[in-house]
Amino acid sequence: MGKRSVIPFGPQHPVLPEPIHLDLVVEDERVIEAIPSIGFIHRGLEGLVKKKDFNTMTYIVERTCGICSFQHGMGYCETLEHIMDVEVPDRAKLLRTIWAELNRMHSHLLWLGLLADGFGYENLFYQCWRIREKVLDLHELTAGARLIFSVNKVGGVLRDIDEDKQKIILNTISEVEKELLVIEKTFFNDYTVQSRLKGVGILTKEKAHELGCVGPFARASGLNVDLRKLNYAGYGMIDLEPITSNDCDSYARCYVRLKEIYQSIDIIRQAISKLPADKTISVPVKGNPNGEFITRLEQPRGEAFYYVKANGTPYLDRMRVRTPTFANVLGLCEMLKNTELADVGLLVLTIDPCISCTER
Amino acid sequence: MDEVKELKTNDKMRQLSKLEEIPASDLLERCLELKRAGLRFSQACAAYYEDKFHLTYTFSNYDTLEIISLRVVIDPEEEIHSITEFIPAAIFYENEMKEIFGVKIKLITNDLNNKLYRINVEAPLGVAPQEGGKE
Repeated sequence: MGKRSVIPFGPQHPVLPEPIHLDLVVEDERVIEAIPSIGFIHRGLEGLVKKKDFNTMTYIVERTCGICSFQHGMGYCETLEHIMDVEVPDRAKLLRTIWAELNRMHSHLLWLGLLADGFGYENLFYQCWRIREKVLDLHELTAGARLIFSVNKVGGVLRDIDEDKQKIILNTISEVEKELLVIEKTFFNDYTVQSRLKGVGILTKEKAHELGCVGPFARASGLNVDLRKLNYAGYGMIDLEPITSNDCDSYARCYVRLKEIYQSIDIIRQAISKLPADKTISVPVKGNPNGEFITRLEQPRGEAFYYVKANGTPYLDRMRVRTPTFANVLGLCEMLKNTELADVGLLVLTIDPCISCTER
Repeated sequence: MDEVKELKTNDKMRQLSKLEEIPASDLLERCLELKRAGLRFSQACAAYYEDKFHLTYTFSNYDTLEIISLRVVIDPEEEIHSITEFIPAAIFYENEMKEIFGVKIKLITNDLNNKLYRINVEAPLGVAPQEGGKE
C-alpha cells in the first residue's frame, strides 16, 4: 500500500472555470476519496424574494445561470402559473419549447468544446464553439440577447417568432446538424478520445439512483428519466424519447449529450411545424399569487426543482431553485473513486458542472 | 362531487405531485418507506413563515415521474433528526437548511458546521433577530 496524501483540486483550475474545490485523497496517484466543498460564489438570490415583487423576480431567477437562464425563468413562471391557475396559450408554450431547446443545444455544444479542450483537442474545441456561435446568433435574433433572454413572463412570453425568423432557425439548425455530423466522428471514433473516455469514471446505475443523480449524467448510467415527458411548456405536443446509455462511463456521457443535440434539433422542427395560427403569446394575469407549488423541468444539465410559496401579496414567502449540479456533486465524488489523478480534471467536466447555478 | 374540469396541458405535473404532511417524529420512518419502495431522494428545502419552519423532503419515482413531498412543520427551537444516515444524497440539503435557515438538525453524517456557503450572516433566511437581543 502506498503513502496516502491529500491534493487540492480547484476552486481555480485550468480545465474548469467553475469554482468547485475537491480534496483528493490519493494513493500512488490513484484517487481513494474526493471531498467536495462549494461556497465560493453564493449570491443569495433566493433571499431577494423578500425585497422584489414576484414579476421582477422572473428576471432575477433567470440570472441564476448564464447558460440555462431561459429555463430558470420558464420554471419560475410555470410554478406561479400553476399557483395562479393560468393556462398559457399554445403558441407561447411552443415558443418556450423552441427557446428551451436552443438553450440546450448551446449548453451541450459549450460542454463538448470544454471536453475537447480537456482531452487536448484544441481544434475540436474551436469547432464546437464555432458551431455554438450559430445557436447564440439565433438567441439574439429571436430574443434580442445571446444569453439572458428575458422573454418569459407569468402568463406567457414577451416576444413572438415570426415566419421569417422561423425559416432562419430551420436553415441554421440544418447547418448545425450537418456540421455536427462531421465533428461527431472525432468524438465517437477517434482512438485517443476513446482511450481518455471509455471505461473511465464509471458510475453504476444503482449508485446513480442512490445518490440522486440527474440529467445526461444519470441517463448515461442507464436511468431512463427525462422530465420533458411531464409535458410542461409545449412538450405535450412533441414526440420524444429519452436518450440513454448503459455504459456508465465518460464516453456514455459524451454520447448522450451529443445525441441530445440532434434530439433538440428534431424538437425545434416539430415545435415550429406545430405553431398555431393564433398569434396570442400571453394572457393577462390579475392579482397576486397565493399558495405553493413545486415544478420540475429538464434543464440541459438535468432535473431542476422550483418551489414557490406565495401569500397573496406581491412578495413571496419563499422561492427555491434546486439545480441539477447540486444533485450531481455526490455522484461526481463517487465516480472519482479509484480513478487516476490525471483523469480528475476531465471527469469533473463530464458531469457538466455549473457551480454558479448550484450556489445561487 | 367535484366538477370535472377540462384537463389542461400542465395538469400532468399537478396530478403527479403529492404532498403529505407528517409529524417530525414520523420523518425517518416515512423516508425509509419511500426509499424501500424504490423512490429516489430528489431534494429537501426549508421555508420560514407564520413563525414556523416548513421543511419539505421530496422523493421521485423514475418510472412514473411522480413526486411525493413530505412536509414537516416545526417550531424554530425544535430539533429534528437527520436523514443522511440512510439517504446520503441529503447531505448538502440538510447542511443548507441548517446554514441558511438555522434549522436545528442533529447527526448529519457530514456536518459542515455552517460552512457550505461560507456566509458571514447567521441564518439569513431564518428567524429574524429580535431588536435588543434575547431577553
